[in-house]
Amino acid sequence: MGKDVKGRRDFMGMALGGFTALGGIGALYAMKRSWDPLPSVKAAGFTTVDLSGAKENVLNVEKWRGKPIFVLKKTKDMKADDRDVVVGSDRYHVSIGLCTHLGCIPAYKPQKQIFLCACHGGEFDASGHETFGPPPSPLEVPPFKVDGQKLVLGEAGPEYKKMLDAGLTV
Amino acid sequence: MAKFEKANSIGEWLDQRLAVETLKKVMQTEYWIPKDINFLWAMGMVLAATFGILTISGIFLLMYYKPDTALAFDSVNYTIMTEVGYGWLWRHVHGIGASLVFLIIYIHMLTGIYYGSYKKGRELIWLSGMGLFVAFSAEAFSGYMLPWGQMSYWAGMVITNLFSGGSLEAYGLVEWIRGDYVPGDAFLTRFFMLHVFLLPLVIIGLIVLHFGTLRIPHVNNQEGEEFDYGEHAELYKAGKVKESKVIPFSPVFLSKDVFVMGVYFILFFYLVFYHFNFAMDPVNFDPADGLKTPAHIYPEWYFLWSYEILRPFSKDLGLVAFAIAQVIFFALPFLDRSPNVAPASRRGLFKYWFWLMVVDLIVLTFMGKLPPEGIWNVIGLVAALAFFALWIALPIITKLEKKL
Repeated sequence: MGKDVKGRRDFMGMALGGFTALGGIGALYAMKRSWDPLPSVKAAGFTTVDLSGAKENVLNVEKWRGKPIFVLKKTKDMKADDRDVVVGSDRYHVSIGLCTHLGCIPAYKPQKQIFLCACHGGEFDASGHETFGPPPSPLEVPPFKVDGQKLVLGEAGPEYKKMLDAGLTV
Repeated sequence: MAKFEKANSIGEWLDQRLAVETLKKVMQTEYWIPKDINFLWAMGMVLAATFGILTISGIFLLMYYKPDTALAFDSVNYTIMTEVGYGWLWRHVHGIGASLVFLIIYIHMLTGIYYGSYKKGRELIWLSGMGLFVAFSAEAFSGYMLPWGQMSYWAGMVITNLFSGGSLEAYGLVEWIRGDYVPGDAFLTRFFMLHVFLLPLVIIGLIVLHFGTLRIPHVNNQEGEEFDYGEHAELYKAGKVKESKVIPFSPVFLSKDVFVMGVYFILFFYLVFYHFNFAMDPVNFDPADGLKTPAHIYPEWYFLWSYEILRPFSKDLGLVAFAIAQVIFFALPFLDRSPNVAPASRRGLFKYWFWLMVVDLIVLTFMGKLPPEGIWNVIGLVAALAFFALWIALPIITKLEKKL
């Protein structure tokens, strides 16, 4: 094979390879985007929770973006916490009800005032702090906004932003 | 145009166009298998047959299954189980097949470990086999999602959460895998695609590779004996069948395989017809509910040992331990530093290593099923630590091993 023939073939090979790689990268990007959550899923709106009927030490579980949300009205003698949601004179524990270990839903034990996860034995106190077992962090607080006696989940109000800035939730 | 003679038979006609005679020699009549083997050498063909049965039963389930979170549960538990003629048969065959395929995979793997069938030219057999184990695990997991019961949903939740990488908190990646904040419709349809198309395609490709890697080094034998295949093949072909150490794969070895398969399928269909609940978790007969975790979550029996390695540690350490446990068996041919290809019983300390590993895997399996409380936590932790201690010990004890 002549020198110029080899040069031309190398050029053709590199040109073909280059364009194929470009197309391949484009296809990979399209594939990645096809696996993304759909806009309709992402826009899954806001949930409004009416707190006026809440009873002390009784756990309410609401649903927001497919996830369970714990709303627990604290009794007067339960320890106050920086992460409590204060509405009027009442304190509430509000969190995403998924264990921070691997996402099971802990059950609330009203006598012991703890959340107990059945999957791997993790425990959280009534303020959502991990107290035993594998959970590495407290139950997360969902974005919320206090609106009179109502709680809007999904919207970040000033109280939530304060918690976020203080690093009390992620 | 190549020159073709007129063919005198269908066989000759095919041979001219496809070289079927050569193919038959390479893959059957002159594919030499050692005589000195036992029934454990039949597990490969037992697995191939089980995969065939899973494929056939899967095709019939596929005709009525609906990959939609609103319809999936009823399409399985109502339509297939009560309306479709013999639908229950396909479902129970598919469920029992999925469970037994892992039993046979584990026997197949442990046979390979016991007889040292992963070294001296056989490394690729081991690696492609481990690739098959991972692909079958993914296939089993994705299939477990499809009935969309409580165990499907929560197994999907827990396993996809593993990809958050613990303290890395890569929830974006988890949501990307799911296509949703929680397992939902997008999640179900993409795992359906994986289960019925992409993963079976990968499995078929790996099976072809696995068979291919076996052809040149040949099957190991009970004593790990090395001999000249060409010489013994000539003896066999010359009619000195008794003196020869080999037999052809087909029809001689295959007839042994078929006998073992016969025994295996008695067990298989006994389970299908009389003990099908063995592969049907009662909790999965409740439809998926994202607001209610079942009281006790555990995987199918074949994942319990690695699940138990995840459990006793803190979150990050548990994830690292789990990740290592998933891939450490790939490294076996390279961590075993001994040149001996021989049964474990003749390999000194390795004999104890092998049986300790078997016992440890069984203990981990039992602990994975028991609730995470009290003494079970301690035993689980010890067994998990023992698993890693054994892997750390392996290169040392095999280095010390005397050459046979």
